[in-house]
Amino acid sequence: MAENHKKAAGRLCYLCNQRRAALKRPKTLEQICRECFYEVFEEEIHQVIVKNQLFKPGERIAIGASGGKDSTVLAYVLSELNRRHNYGLDLFLLSVDEGITGYRDDSLETVKRNEIQYGLPLKIVSYKDLYGWTMDEIVKMIGLKNNCTFCGVFRRQALDRGAALLKVDKLVTGHNADDIAETVLLNILRGDIARLSRCTSITTGEDGPIPRCKPFKYTYEKEIVMYAYFKRLDYFSTECTTLSPFFLGCNLLLFCFIIFPSCLLRDVGTWCLKFVSINWILYKLLSLSASIHRVFCCRHIFT
Amino acid sequence: MQFIFDSVKIHNLNVSPKNGADKFTMKDLLVWVRTNLIKERPEMFMKGDSVRPGGLVLVNDCDWEHSGQLDTNLEEKDLVVFISTLHGG
Repeated sequence: MAENHKKAAGRLCYLCNQRRAALKRPKTLEQICRECFYEVFEEEIHQVIVKNQLFKPGERIAIGASGGKDSTVLAYVLSELNRRHNYGLDLFLLSVDEGITGYRDDSLETVKRNEIQYGLPLKIVSYKDLYGWTMDEIVKMIGLKNNCTFCGVFRRQALDRGAALLKVDKLVTGHNADDIAETVLLNILRGDIARLSRCTSITTGEDGPIPRCKPFKYTYEKEIVMYAYFKRLDYFSTECTTLSPFFLGCNLLLFCFIIFPSCLLRDVGTWCLKFVSINWILYKLLSLSASIHRVFCCRHIFT
Repeated sequence: MQFIFDSVKIHNLNVSPKNGADKFTMKDLLVWVRTNLIKERPEMFMKGDSVRPGGLVLVNDCDWEHSGQLDTNLEEKDLVVFISTLHGG
């Protein structure tokens, strides 16, 4: 074997010191084997559920399932922990069909397979049935400018209505630690203090009919993907086809001109220098915020 | 990520080190992949010399962070897996 393979083969698991290390955990930087990784991953989620008292015995829980990596792993782990630790929960899969051809129709096929693989009943609610519109029809009408916002708002209500149809007590989603970090950053960029104050809560909507929780709040995205890969879980991994280009350019530019009105009053030279500097900062921020905005509108409109 | 590789999931490659070098590393592989396999939008796969942030790499089912990332030496019959995390969950 090559030198590097010898080194990798020689690196034993930090925890059991018996098996070959397969990954380096981003959470703890420990190099651990697959079997130990499964144990710590599942145990940590179990501890989050217990310490935050997310569930009570006998509750009906809907798992927001898109067929993607987070919701697939969530469904798998939750059904496993429910069995192992006797949570006493009735679990359901709840999917939303936005009517996005080439994306949602394919991912729903994945959820239908998950229904069989995990033995969890599946309910699908569609935009067409609820609102009379599919996302394809909406995009045809308005283009790719604000479609993510429409979709996010519609999906929130669709999940609420699906959960009500299933008569569940709670809704769980697969939002992970990376998602929450992105939400915090975007709320800071948007200056949305109200959302910032509640966007890290593990349970939201407790004063409403159906609270929502995020058991993966402290789980790193890389670990979810590695868990899904090692366990050979069936999930769908394609970006939404109606992904729109970033929108924040105009808003942030306006924001800068509001807070820097003196730019407009001073002499041209100084104004040009400030204008260039602001636009350089904007460019850097927009490069970062484009994907955050997509995630925010698409998946974090819940918080 | 598949669409930039002509929607083919698995590729069997026959590659050899350039300029008579005795080792073939992950860095060489990425360059080879960008040149020979990617039909469009290489920025969806790579950034600079390495994989785009959000991309995971496993060599023989082991995180490439163990084996030196770009300096990982590759041998015959090695299995390299690229996984994207940049999609909905």
